Amino acid sequence: MPFKILEKKELVPTIHLMEISAPQIANKAMPGQFIMLRIDEPGERIPLTIADFDREKGTITMIFQAVGKTTMKLSNLETGDELLDLIGPLGNPAHIEKFGTVVMVGGGVGVAPVFPQARAFTEAGNKVISIIGARSSNLLLWEDRMREVSDHIHITTDDGTKGHHGFVTDIVKKILEDKTAVDRVVAIGPPVMMRAVAGVTRPFNVKTIVSLNSIMVDGTGMCGACRVLVGNETKFACVDGPEFDAHLVDFTLLMNRLAMYQPEEKVALEKYKCDREGCIC
Amino acid sequence: MLERQKMPKQDAEKRTINFNEVALCLAKEQAIEEAKRCLQCKKPQCMTGCPVEVKIPEFLKYVAEGDFDNAIKKIKESNALPAICGRVCPQETQCEECCILSKKGASVSIGYLERFVADYERSKGVEVQSAPRSSGKKVAVVGSGPAGLTAASDLAKMGHSVTIFEALHEAGGVLTYGIPEFRLPKEIVRSEVEYVEKLGVTILLDSVIGKLETVGGLLTGFDAVFLGTGAGLPSFLDIDGENLNGVYSANEFLTRVNLMKSYKFPDYDTPIKRGKHVVVVGGGNVAMDSARCALRLGAEEVTVVYRRGEEEMPARAEEIEHAKEEGIKFRLLTNPVRIIGDGKNWVTHIECINMYLCEPDESGRCKPMPLAGTEHKIEADVVIIAVGTSPNPLVPRTTQGLDITKHGTIIAKEDGATTKKGVYAGGDAVTGSATVISAMGAGKKAARAIDWYLGLK
Repeated sequence: MPFKILEKKELVPTIHLMEISAPQIANKAMPGQFIMLRIDEPGERIPLTIADFDREKGTITMIFQAVGKTTMKLSNLETGDELLDLIGPLGNPAHIEKFGTVVMVGGGVGVAPVFPQARAFTEAGNKVISIIGARSSNLLLWEDRMREVSDHIHITTDDGTKGHHGFVTDIVKKILEDKTAVDRVVAIGPPVMMRAVAGVTRPFNVKTIVSLNSIMVDGTGMCGACRVLVGNETKFACVDGPEFDAHLVDFTLLMNRLAMYQPEEKVALEKYKCDREGCIC
Repeated sequence: MLERQKMPKQDAEKRTINFNEVALCLAKEQAIEEAKRCLQCKKPQCMTGCPVEVKIPEFLKYVAEGDFDNAIKKIKESNALPAICGRVCPQETQCEECCILSKKGASVSIGYLERFVADYERSKGVEVQSAPRSSGKKVAVVGSGPAGLTAASDLAKMGHSVTIFEALHEAGGVLTYGIPEFRLPKEIVRSEVEYVEKLGVTILLDSVIGKLETVGGLLTGFDAVFLGTGAGLPSFLDIDGENLNGVYSANEFLTRVNLMKSYKFPDYDTPIKRGKHVVVVGGGNVAMDSARCALRLGAEEVTVVYRRGEEEMPARAEEIEHAKEEGIKFRLLTNPVRIIGDGKNWVTHIECINMYLCEPDESGRCKPMPLAGTEHKIEADVVIIAVGTSPNPLVPRTTQGLDITKHGTIIAKEDGATTKKGVYAGGDAVTGSATVISAMGAGKKAARAIDWYLGLK
């Protein structure tokens, strides 16, 4: 059953939005869950977090950064094109309840999966403080949407072109040092960022949740490619996660395992570019 | 007495550099000669060894007469997947072991002949008998592996409307993601799946039950549910270094190779680490499959490490023999202690210890015990852990009233009835990892029980 792309656009350079018709998945999707997709027969299966869903329209929205062959190929599809396979909703939904004050941290493309959670936390009656960051202002994602679902919003850029000149962790630290009562922190973004947030919140003993983006093959608990160490126990990000207590996650292992196929990823990407643009090698 | 016919095989040296099928095909004359060896016993013992109750002497009689059309019809009365069974069933411990000729010498090659007639039929186009009268009842089958396909085809033949829900993007379960091309070509799996569809079964791919829909949800649209969800959750050894890069579960390794066709990388997108020195831990068919795949991916040396002796290995004798012919090394009575990395999270060695078998305990199994001081390292850039699997928890976790054992297997009676009304289960999801044919047998029994249950409704 092919899945039709209803909308496709580049939000900021290299980061794309794709809205796909998938009524059954949309009907069940919850914040925090992900899907696996395969573009075509020779394609690999990759996980992408569900950034939004519309049960009435029967669509789900994904936001992804074109970095490897598959995401590059995905970014070259257009409205009206179809994906061969879309599997989900997978993983456990985010734990949403009224905690009090929740700090939502999104870095880079990680702002996308933070959005539906921020919305759900607000709807559940929490005070939501959002911190969204990017390398530069032109890469900043979904500021308007995040503003709508947050009580306060902070913006950071690595180069200082917008908001605070620095990292999201600077703001997290400031909020905690200002003795703002924070009941929960949710951080989604590059592993280095999630590790840094965990490091900042640990001394303050604030429960911090991260969403792990391990390599997956099936996404249903069958292969163990996505295994991570949490509190010294091996867990599968696909069925036990993707969200875990940040203070218990072994981020070094996560990053090492994410790098496992770097040489192959390079080969695949180069071949894709050659096949597409004609080889100059 | 006539000699048992020999199955032609691909030459060992040639086959280690391709993924083509190892066993070739009996010639027509060979098949007829072989079938003539059947004594046509009045009380055929062979059938007592067949979990799906194939009428063996009857189909063999047709083969002996050269009437292959009626031979395959006879098999398909009870078995919808003969080309698969003819390849992966452990006949030597089932029908062929029970064959009276095996007491005096060599049994009839029932497996080769089943495969021969199934291949004969496929080469000329598969026929389907006319559809039975509809019962008006609907059954959902979860999982399209051997148990699910068998339950579905039997239920369809009984007149029920059957829909299979498959989580992956291709049907076949372990037949597709687990068993390699050189032992069971995927074209054959696809063709037998197509046959099941021709019987009227609908297969929905990419449909993860427990996520997209629950079993409880299915029961609102269907009159009964069969769970053939298999044992897909890989076990690890729980030793140091298991999360190093280059260490795979056999499930991951085989899924990458078989389902995702990573042996064709970069023409196919899914990558796989091609190790030079590969160590496979385990002694079952999955370990043999992993070792032989690693060899075909270009390994210089593949070593199987198993904690017991050869006699205790759960793999089929034929698979062990094939692995040896291909040059796979075996380190028996050897058990891993830890996996060692290079400091950058990449595996370099596996440290093992020698084992000895003590006297059999009350269960009859000899417990392997370590021999202190015999620790040694084996070089490895890829390690594959093939020490078993347990059932996937997605369905039990989301199904109220479905009881499971402490091992995670679904509790079911002999006929497949679970603790939840209208829900039946069979195959590895109930027994833990076992064989294709025992799963098919369970699917068959459950189909009968479901048919009976639907009659009462």
